[in-house]
Amino acid sequence: MASHTSTPLEYSTKQNEMNILGFWIFLGAEIVLFSTLFASYAVLEGSTVGGPAQGEIFVLKDVLIETFLLLTSSFTMGLALHQMRDNNKTAMLVWTVITLLLGAGFVYFEINEFIHYVHEGLTMQTNAFGSAFFTLLGTHGLHVSLGIGWVLMLIIQILRRGITAVTARKFFIVSLYWHFLDVVWIFIFTFVYLKGLM
Amino acid sequence: MDLSNFFVTGDPLILGSQIAIGLTMVGLVVLITYLKKWKWLWEEWFTTVDHKKIGIMYIIAGVLMFFRGGVDGLMMRTQTSRPNMEFLDAQHYNEVFTTHGVVMILFMAMPLLIGIINVVMPLQIGARDVAFPKLNALSFWTFFVGAMLFNVSFVIGGSPDAGWTAYMPLAGKEFSPDIGNNYYAIALQIAGIGTLASGINFIVTILKMRAPGMKLMRMPMFTWTTLVTSVLIVAAFPILTVALAQMSLDRIFGAHFFTVAAGGDPMLWLNLFWLWGHPEVYIVVLPAFGMFSEVIATFSRKNLFGYATMVLSIVGIAFLSMLVWVHHFYTMGNSAAVNSVFSITTMMIAIPTGVKIFNWLFTMRKGRIKFSNAMLWSLAFIPCFTIGGVTGVMLAMAAADYQYHNTMFLVAHFHYVLIPGVVFAVFAGLYYWWPKMFGFKLNEKIGKWHFWLFIIGFNLTFMPMFFIGLDGMSRRMYTYSESTGWGPWLLLSAIGAFILAAGFAALVYNIYWSFRYASRDIGGDPWDARTLEWATASPVQEYNFAVVPEVSDHDEFWNMKKAGRTKIKREDIKDIHMPSSSGIPILFSIALGIVGFFLVFEWITLAAIFSVLIIAGLIANSFDYDDGYHIPAEKVWETERKWRGDL
Repeated sequence: MASHTSTPLEYSTKQNEMNILGFWIFLGAEIVLFSTLFASYAVLEGSTVGGPAQGEIFVLKDVLIETFLLLTSSFTMGLALHQMRDNNKTAMLVWTVITLLLGAGFVYFEINEFIHYVHEGLTMQTNAFGSAFFTLLGTHGLHVSLGIGWVLMLIIQILRRGITAVTARKFFIVSLYWHFLDVVWIFIFTFVYLKGLM
Repeated sequence: MDLSNFFVTGDPLILGSQIAIGLTMVGLVVLITYLKKWKWLWEEWFTTVDHKKIGIMYIIAGVLMFFRGGVDGLMMRTQTSRPNMEFLDAQHYNEVFTTHGVVMILFMAMPLLIGIINVVMPLQIGARDVAFPKLNALSFWTFFVGAMLFNVSFVIGGSPDAGWTAYMPLAGKEFSPDIGNNYYAIALQIAGIGTLASGINFIVTILKMRAPGMKLMRMPMFTWTTLVTSVLIVAAFPILTVALAQMSLDRIFGAHFFTVAAGGDPMLWLNLFWLWGHPEVYIVVLPAFGMFSEVIATFSRKNLFGYATMVLSIVGIAFLSMLVWVHHFYTMGNSAAVNSVFSITTMMIAIPTGVKIFNWLFTMRKGRIKFSNAMLWSLAFIPCFTIGGVTGVMLAMAAADYQYHNTMFLVAHFHYVLIPGVVFAVFAGLYYWWPKMFGFKLNEKIGKWHFWLFIIGFNLTFMPMFFIGLDGMSRRMYTYSESTGWGPWLLLSAIGAFILAAGFAALVYNIYWSFRYASRDIGGDPWDARTLEWATASPVQEYNFAVVPEVSDHDEFWNMKKAGRTKIKREDIKDIHMPSSSGIPILFSIALGIVGFFLVFEWITLAAIFSVLIIAGLIANSFDYDDGYHIPAEKVWETERKWRGDL
């Protein structure tokens, strides 16, 4: 692993170091944001007046597919970063595109899942459970969708400019973001779906 | 939303404001066009990423908002100056106290403090700018757009009227069907983005950009308080983001977070609001403590007493501030055990705060105190703030709080905390750092008028409220009968409010007078001060430091002066890298403002269409590879020679 012993490219300038630290702090703020959404969900999950309860509508199979897609995308994102550090632009972009496809698959299945719930009679306007559920899941899904757009922009920039200190830093930051969303999903899977199906 | 209700009509006061606002806008546009200043405004200010200019824009906006919030305050005190007064009706009074609170906390206190932080903090640590200059501009413009969106509410569409706390279910659609509270939810959301970005920006700046040798425990106290405040911002503002999003979803999209009939919980709002709202109090008061620390040390001509305990206290205060939020609603159905816990954590805050008070007093002890205006404000702060603190401990006792919960006693308490704690600090900071920002001092004599009118007015306005509060007058009452006996107290309070306003007018006059007549020949260090910002020119050169100083101890500039190390050498000056101006922050913020405006009016389709602008802004920024430019060493040398004289 000789190529990894020196300072990675994304940490090679002072400005890069600061950008990455700033993004870590931003992720700290994101943790507070999602914690608040989880707390609100915990307070309101029992308020299913006039609508179906969790156990009646959650379909474990669909959720498992989503989980599989998103967790795999986090792995392929890691592989893309690995290729970036080896300065292997083509392999990096291949893994990045695979990551995007998995992410898009996740969003597709999540939208399907939401449509299913609406047919079952649960919307954000049904009751407090619906509001808290769709807000928590929707915020996560919106983050993933934004992430897809963000990665797309970076693919264009890496195609144009190659792997430079700046593009490496940008890609490293988006990978942090992507892994973070993965972690949030694990909490959603546990505290929303598994708990709801118990 | 019916278009016929677009403009607020039927109130002569508001009609007058609409005409005045319209004329002022037209007048400004004509004036700027006549003076051919558009290009200058755009290039030097609207697109600037210079932390000093951004700070000055924050301060100007903050002073304007102080005026706006102050007028609200005067209207309230006029309305209650006599029993059964008919100056404002109940609805108008509700709107006025709501906007007064929001404007004063979020659009006056926050920008004034963040503005001064912006100007001073990078200079104190020997940095050339903040870590993310373009993000800093975005912070300012989102704040400004949020503030303007909130401010148009009273002429277009109607103001929020459920108090600055916007308690549910009162602020929900059922009890507040008008769009006023949409303004609250959306405008605060937009401004909040900027505040969070500022917090992150300041943390990275302080952690990564300190001059060589400046260890954390050698930082000036104002920088320390900025760091701790920024951590609080990052920890607390996302909670407000979620709470406001839930309010918006409830009000605009028919969700049920807070509607009891559909299983919602109004207490969720209260908890989230105060989980942000209490730390917010410390977010505004900690930098203020930092300013007093700098001013008191400088004008006592001593180093700050108990530096380490000062740092420990601010960290302690910040930590405890996250654990006290329930004290805002002791009376709303908590168990005795819960109330007791929060009662104790609240009272514990008095300990580190007391430590700070004594440290300031000991800093002054045996010092050769110079009674400049900045110092006067710091001296007045200590007794006034202590009154606020002690009454705070009274309110902290849960059992006793049942007596004065939501009375005028509370109103008096938090004005005694926030006005000395924040406003006095901002005044002290303005007098102190004004020469650094503009290259001339504010007049000390007019400053005395400002000081005495404001201090007397402040105490006259708020002291009576303690007594009528204990006598049972609840807050937010728009009228009362003569038999209550509150009339004389409230008349005194109203008179005080106008004296206070006269004090503010004296400040404005002082700025005008000093701008025209004050001496420009003041050098870099007019107060014989102690910290690094005074090692630069007044006003500060755009690159801040020609040579970044090496730091060996606290109060480095003082040491440099004592050791005769203030001179710089030609060969030490290198080319200096500077960030380029950018139009993206202002344009992106305006896009947010447009979408926000449509959301306020619940025009969802329009909001969705114009969201494209926001996405376009993000894309434009992603592709912005501008790498800044360099100022050649030769030019830096020329500038330095000009203000330092012979080198």
